[in-house]
Amino acid sequence: MQEGFLTEQKVLEGDLNSDTSHKSSVDYLMNWFRSHSIFVLAYGTGCGAIEMPPTFTSRYDAERLGIRGSATPRQADVIIVSGYCSYKTLRRIIRSYEQMSNPKYILALGSCTINGGMYWDSYNTIKKLEDYLPVDIYVNGCMPRPESILEGFIALQKDISNGKASSWKKYEENYEFYRKNQEAVLGKKVSPAYDTDWYLYDGGA
Amino acid sequence: MIIFDLLMMFIIAYIVGFLYYGLYRNITARFQRRFGPPIWQSFYDSIKFFSKKDATSHGWMFYLGPIIMMTGSVITLLFIPFFYDNQNFSGLSSYGNLFVVLYLMVLGALGNALAVGVSGNPFGVMGVTRGLSRLFAMELPFYIAVIGLMSINQSADIATIASNQTTINAFAYPLLFIGALFSFVGMMGQSPFDVVGAPVEVYSGPAVEFSGKFLAILMSQSAIFSFAKLTLMVNLFLGGASGFMELLAKTFILFLFVIAFGSMYGRFKTPQSIDFLLKVPTVIALVGLIFI
Repeated sequence: MQEGFLTEQKVLEGDLNSDTSHKSSVDYLMNWFRSHSIFVLAYGTGCGAIEMPPTFTSRYDAERLGIRGSATPRQADVIIVSGYCSYKTLRRIIRSYEQMSNPKYILALGSCTINGGMYWDSYNTIKKLEDYLPVDIYVNGCMPRPESILEGFIALQKDISNGKASSWKKYEENYEFYRKNQEAVLGKKVSPAYDTDWYLYDGGA
Repeated sequence: MIIFDLLMMFIIAYIVGFLYYGLYRNITARFQRRFGPPIWQSFYDSIKFFSKKDATSHGWMFYLGPIIMMTGSVITLLFIPFFYDNQNFSGLSSYGNLFVVLYLMVLGALGNALAVGVSGNPFGVMGVTRGLSRLFAMELPFYIAVIGLMSINQSADIATIASNQTTINAFAYPLLFIGALFSFVGMMGQSPFDVVGAPVEVYSGPAVEFSGKFLAILMSQSAIFSFAKLTLMVNLFLGGASGFMELLAKTFILFLFVIAFGSMYGRFKTPQSIDFLLKVPTVIALVGLIFI
């Protein structure tokens, strides 16, 4: 058996991305369509938001990859958490994320979302975004350039078309864990309870 | 065989509508000096939205909104004949004339307005009020031009109006055409009259609360409705069409003009766009009505 850093890295990534559920050919087709049409909720949470306009406009033109902005969380597939997250912003991010319809993905920009970055000892920012929301792709850097953001998007597209990007399932399965961490920093009234069966009692069909 | 005819009209409008919408995004990208998405990008988007898991619910009226809108678009399409000299692809046009089409064109928007009202989202309601107030301003010049055409031809039948043009109406009655063209740019949702779905002002307006399958239905109906409106305009002013190539060529020229016009101008404010539509195109069309 191999040892060393790379092996550990592989084991870690394997655990993160394991999705052993059975997939039919329709699922593969749908995953292809999903990966080629990504609507982004570019919610500028931190300083990383400054790199998003060039990514989406003429200079880097993310639309040629099928990536475009969406106006509301209801229509979005990916939420970009761009940089440090204060407690106040985290509340809004959670609210927006839970309004998005499945399947949905999170792309985290910058070092701050990985380990706090230069805000590692701040009193009102979270350090690891992963404790509060499930992240699909991290793009590191301080700040990542538009090229890096596009590369992160392409990696996400590959994961989606392989069926590996399934953080939304992870959020549903481990909701108690995430909710506990969210309540630890935001207090008891985070947001209305997130429940995928809400339509049964919400006056729906 | 009318069922087959109607089905084919629907399928053609669906495919060509999505193709035109893809071309719209691509050509707009070229105007902005970028590469732009693939031509079938809008089709991918709609398939993806159909495959989304959850959809928002605000009660049964909310569900009905996109369906009423789709019904309005498809019925409008079926009452507009594709060709003036051919019984095929004439749809239901022998059962209803221009009055029916003009009535049905508003049906979808009104139905969707009810659904958006039920959702209770303030941005959606803002979008609907913007849309309905713009609709009244937009209809006035278009109706004046259409009244002019009907009095010229002494008929409200679309195929008759299309086939009676020795020189096409756009050149024979240019003032009517220009008046109708301004409101047509608004009907296609192009700048400077695109106040309804303005993304950074009202967050895509009436579509703000719709997700997943509802949004996919809304996208499909918008593609079909665009093609229906283009075909109507070609029939009324550009001499109609006698074959598919002619229809595609004429609708595409009109569409290209609308895109180019929209790419050149910024967005009016809501009062500005209503003011403009009620003043400039209405007066032009009225003057054209005098000179018939």
